Amino acid sequence: MVKLATEADAALSSFYEEMRDKGAPRLRAAAWAAFSELGLPSRRVESWHYTDLKTAMSKPAPLATASHAALSLPRAHDSLRLITLDGVFRPDLSDIARLPDGVAVQSLRDALAQGELHVMSALASADIGAQDPTLALNSALMQDGVVVQIAPGAGIERTIELATVASAESAQSTYTRALVMLGEGAQATLIETLGAPLAAPSQDNSALVLRLAPKARVDLVTHLSGGVDRSIRVASLLVHLDAGATINSFALIEGEGLNRRQIFARLDGEKARAVFNGATLGRGRLHADTTLIVDHVKPDGQSREVFRNILDDESVGVFQGKVIVRPGAQKTDGAMQSKALLLSDQATMNNKPELEIFADDVQCGHGATCGRLDKDQLFYLSARGLPRREAEALLIEGFANETMEALEDEQLKTFLSERVSAWLSRRISR
Amino acid sequence: MLEIRNLHVSVGEREILKGLTLSVKAGEVAAIMGPNGTGKSTLSYVISGREGYDITQGEILLNGENLLSFEPNERAAKGVFLAFQYPVEIPGVATMTFLKAAMNAQRRARGEEELATPEFMKRVKDAAASLGVSQDMLRRPLNSGFSGGEKKRMDILQMALLQPKLGILDETDSGLDIDALRVVADGVNALRSPDRAFLVITHYQRLLDYIKPDTVHVMAKGRIQRSGGPELALELEKHGYQEYLAEEAA
Repeated sequence: MVKLATEADAALSSFYEEMRDKGAPRLRAAAWAAFSELGLPSRRVESWHYTDLKTAMSKPAPLATASHAALSLPRAHDSLRLITLDGVFRPDLSDIARLPDGVAVQSLRDALAQGELHVMSALASADIGAQDPTLALNSALMQDGVVVQIAPGAGIERTIELATVASAESAQSTYTRALVMLGEGAQATLIETLGAPLAAPSQDNSALVLRLAPKARVDLVTHLSGGVDRSIRVASLLVHLDAGATINSFALIEGEGLNRRQIFARLDGEKARAVFNGATLGRGRLHADTTLIVDHVKPDGQSREVFRNILDDESVGVFQGKVIVRPGAQKTDGAMQSKALLLSDQATMNNKPELEIFADDVQCGHGATCGRLDKDQLFYLSARGLPRREAEALLIEGFANETMEALEDEQLKTFLSERVSAWLSRRISR
Repeated sequence: MLEIRNLHVSVGEREILKGLTLSVKAGEVAAIMGPNGTGKSTLSYVISGREGYDITQGEILLNGENLLSFEPNERAAKGVFLAFQYPVEIPGVATMTFLKAAMNAQRRARGEEELATPEFMKRVKDAAASLGVSQDMLRRPLNSGFSGGEKKRMDILQMALLQPKLGILDETDSGLDIDALRVVADGVNALRSPDRAFLVITHYQRLLDYIKPDTVHVMAKGRIQRSGGPELALELEKHGYQEYLAEEAA
């Protein structure tokens, strides 16, 4: 039995009682046992040192119940959209009918009920992120989500958007999980949209599991936005790369509230390649924690991480990056970089890059910097006629846009640049 | 056009400009020559409005208007252009985006219509062609990875596009080989006109072989010590700045 030590424990325990028989009981039970052992992470847990989830989640909001809201989300790009709304996959709101050949979609709920072995083992992802309490909680409590299977060799032209949205007008908790499996040599572009357009302080725990067979490739853009001051969002990305597989990803994080994005990637085949880039636009009291573990298991892998935090007002940025190179992973090539730009005296950045290298023939490096706008650059722009705020905006935009250079999809690049511009024009106008 | 009267400027406790007075007429190219560390760059920064300098006395008038009460961007819109000794690299900022933002910011400040994109493109193309600025340079982020010569050409390109009333060239020859110097000088010479003045700040006579000054002013000890015609530059080349520095020691 679980000790009912706190209000949070009691609430989470009742969520588990509600979800334990909703498919995959053994997976849930194991995850719940792991979570019960770990508990909600406080700052004493090293990997959560800069984000005090235990205090923030002292009063879990009620578990979301299926709504039938017909939410109209603005379409920012020409994508095929799969919507999970308030914890439930909504085929009626999604572009199911327009899916191309080679793409099979079902709800997580159905997938759990059917219990197909390869889907279940991919979902469980037992080999990565197992020590994280919030991921364990997600496994124990996952309500619904979407499972996408892309056939071997399929090259999917249209972007597939996985939108996980909270729309309730009162506070709620959601636990969602999406799984995308790419067959050998398959190729797809994904957008992961995590947002809460309404003003309720929701508590959302989502996970996206990507499983790439040999030589598969995913281009992924994550856009995390919305939220209010007291909302909590934990978004996990689990990536499993087989030999010669590639992920090229970028995340734009904005909005409000407490946000934790964590990436667990395992390069489990030779010549796997991973790019995790991202930019955070911090304003108000946004707390944006990006924590990643990139685990090189096999030889000749390559990983690149470039993260930039742009922090205004009282916002807080966190970057914790750990690159692990296992004994067998010779010739690993890894480079990790985190740069922060502080736009106000009250903004805070916490940088913690780490390398754990157990192989002797590798090339790995990391760097972390934190600074203000460059006075010489500002003067140069002002001397050419740009007013102070415009000069600042141009420099900030440049700082953010550099992280997007690795993106190949022009439409996505434009979409992201427009988000950065919108954020900046709010800064100029106030 | 430019009137500087009794200018005193300090950085912290140290006074750098000590009562500098200088007058430059429209159409004139005035060379300011002097030894290192005498405040030549300070003068160019103070005219263009850089932070960090205390102006304790004096005034700088451009066409009768005191520049000191304006921000750098306002001074730019009024016609001040500083070609930097070391133009900064700004990675991430596209050169074309910057050029358009700068031109339109100045136009807005003067109450003029913004430039439409085709007209903007045409002007950049024409100016780039005459200065040997390649399409590749225009496509790169501003000054990023440019050689010293490329940076200077980019600065002169900006001057050609912004059409200032007063162009200040701060040690433009530093870091340039003869070929690059010639291109830059040709660019400046092409911009000479009866309603535009230049302040050419340099340590060496060399630059003045390419940009022929109308007047030469010797600056030492934080002020103009002597003014004359082009022959003064040749005299300095022969005798150096010793006599002006020696006065200080006395």
